[in-house]
Amino acid sequence: MGKIEWAMWANEQALASGLILLTGGIVGVAGQFRGWPFAAYIISAAGVFVCLLEYPRSKRAKGTSVERTGQYCFTVCVKSFGPLTRNYYVRAFLHAAICVPGGFMLATVLGCVCLGIASLIYLAAAIRGEHWEPVLPQKETTRKTDPVSVRNPPEMPPPRPPPEVRRKRVDDLEGAAYDNPIPVSDK
Amino acid sequence: MNVSVQTPKSFIFNIKLNDIIFTEKLRYFFDGSWLCSQVVWMGINLFLFVWFYQLYDLGDDFFYTRHLLGSALPWARAPAAVLNFNCMLILLPVCRNLLSLLRGSFVCCGRTMRKQLDKNLSFHKLVAYMIALMTAVHTVAHLLNVEWFNNSRRGVYDELSTALSNLSDSENTTFLNPVRRIDIQTPTYFVFTTIAGLTGVIITLALILIITSSMEVIRRSYFEVFWYTHHLFVIFFIGLVFHGAGFIVRRQKKTNPPHNFTFCKDRSDDWGKIPECPIPQFQGGPAQTWWWVIGPMILYICERVLRFIRYMQTVQYRKIVMHPSKVLELQLVKDGFKMEVGQYVFLNCPAISQLEWHPFTMTSAPEEDFFSVHIRSAGDWTDKLIDIVQNLPEGAQGPKMGVDGPFGTASEDVFDYEVSMLVGAGIGVTPFASILKSIWYKFKISNSKLRTRKIYFYWLCRETHAFEWFSDLLQVLEKEMEERGMGNFLTYKLYLTGWDQNLRFHEGVHFEEDKDVVTGLKQKTHYGRPAWDKEFEQVRKENPTSVVGTFLCGPAVLAKVLEKKCAKYSDVDPRKTKFYFNKENF
Repeated sequence: MGKIEWAMWANEQALASGLILLTGGIVGVAGQFRGWPFAAYIISAAGVFVCLLEYPRSKRAKGTSVERTGQYCFTVCVKSFGPLTRNYYVRAFLHAAICVPGGFMLATVLGCVCLGIASLIYLAAAIRGEHWEPVLPQKETTRKTDPVSVRNPPEMPPPRPPPEVRRKRVDDLEGAAYDNPIPVSDK
Repeated sequence: MNVSVQTPKSFIFNIKLNDIIFTEKLRYFFDGSWLCSQVVWMGINLFLFVWFYQLYDLGDDFFYTRHLLGSALPWARAPAAVLNFNCMLILLPVCRNLLSLLRGSFVCCGRTMRKQLDKNLSFHKLVAYMIALMTAVHTVAHLLNVEWFNNSRRGVYDELSTALSNLSDSENTTFLNPVRRIDIQTPTYFVFTTIAGLTGVIITLALILIITSSMEVIRRSYFEVFWYTHHLFVIFFIGLVFHGAGFIVRRQKKTNPPHNFTFCKDRSDDWGKIPECPIPQFQGGPAQTWWWVIGPMILYICERVLRFIRYMQTVQYRKIVMHPSKVLELQLVKDGFKMEVGQYVFLNCPAISQLEWHPFTMTSAPEEDFFSVHIRSAGDWTDKLIDIVQNLPEGAQGPKMGVDGPFGTASEDVFDYEVSMLVGAGIGVTPFASILKSIWYKFKISNSKLRTRKIYFYWLCRETHAFEWFSDLLQVLEKEMEERGMGNFLTYKLYLTGWDQNLRFHEGVHFEEDKDVVTGLKQKTHYGRPAWDKEFEQVRKENPTSVVGTFLCGPAVLAKVLEKKCAKYSDVDPRKTKFYFNKENF
């Protein structure tokens, strides 16, 4: 498992946990469960916060990064916290801390455990030295295009030797014939 | 812009189609049957949901249960039924060995039936989405159930609820509310001290981990994480089998004399004291999920055993060739291995990774006494394999290799057409190596199955470096055909859709030479994308009365283009040229 960036899986897991916490909290409030004020905290502080934090995907160290739809504004917000969001140790401990209150109410227990697991995976990522990089669109356009291959197919046919050379092959009409993809006039 | 007058012509075209070729009619029917099977599956899901919903929502024996739980009861039980059905189905599409045995037995029904069995992964994902959705509904409903059971027990609700909850398991009473203790019992405590609750939490957790590691991003980048985490399904199924234990969902038993709930529900104080209302008795149902999943679980175990057996069969290396641009060709021999054109195998190399199996399309023809794969450097596993092979001493056998397969639809329709247009784009050219070789073998021995007498092959790629081995194959075919005086059996055109300045100058200088500078082939390389109108015109001109089959292995966009051209250039007159586009996925 050489090239794995654990943070990518931790990110998916944490985002899923955020959604589960959110759902659990909503169920708790809607069902007026015992201790539903707890649920209100879980919804606002934990679920939404985790979702917002985890929505923007990090730029991969190797390979192309696939952005989530509309993640740019989230990227900017998360980036503004600087080292707090860049460092995965901080995220690991943050998620561990956030998930604990979820364990006190049944509706959010599942979210709590999932977030705990995400926290562990982030810890693994941090130990391996990974960190969060924003995916910024400016960087995409300044990426050097491969000098060898060109994206667009050529519009003109390849250059040919002058007409005198071309006309010489009357003895081999079959071999001299070729199809021009674009009609060419002699003028 | 191409504006083809489609409507009147294609309508007549379709009618003519149904009259003329039976297999084409079958093909049209089965192309729609993937959609058909999805509709059937969805229909069964809906039926199960509605049936079990009304069973629990309207059933008399659940009246008292509903009083405690409201509609959360049917909302939990209906998804449970759908989950049973889908957990049964989910293991079946991934039994690839069993599926290919099944495929083999469909000889009578033709190849089109077998195509359906190849949509297995899509079906597996579809069923997985349904399981995830139903799990969410089921869990939320049960969260509410547990909370309301707990509240009932504490006497928060009305008199009837309290009376029902007070019924306990003794000599002449049976309980309805599974929450028995009042003192320390919270919903969380209840969940974690019952089999159903505990297994529920564990298997939902397993399911979430499986889902997050199966997201496309993770799956494509880190297959190992996806594959290893996916094995949590073992825990999922074991937990699932035990999840229904505990008799927690309870229904009213018939008593003698009968307890009429309509009359007795407002007289809970009098239960047991008046003859019309004996104390109501309740019972729970046994776990039923195992009925649904035991069959597929056994089938899956058989599948893994079969894979293991196939893996243990010895595979000999006949030849190992290292092509330029890091392409490795392996020619392998295995006892009892029978392949057809366009199929693929899974390879496993324990020296690299014990558990990884990777698919590769075979590039050899069935007529050869070995099977070959061409492996490009495309990741960890392939790089390591190329590395190991390069460090082998001369003439030595390669690393131990397990081979599973062959799988995939046989692309046998190519042999049925008098004239074939084969279009391979990029990596899609690989199955055509197998097809072209097979056609050539069949032609040489005048195999009666082969009706083809002319092939047009269009090879589109950015650059040919990675496919130089394919150019070599074409060169060999070209030479052999010339020797037999059959130079016009195969016409091929290569289109380089990406090129650079160097190529341009090189081409300009060597314009007059007989062979193409890029590929060394007699037929020239073209630059840019093909002008399909010209190509179809040419084929039509050269084959004025034939039936032409068009086959593509490449991007979907190109498929649409080709399909349109086939319709446009087909003639209504049955004596003239007709193009049929084959929407096969190699």
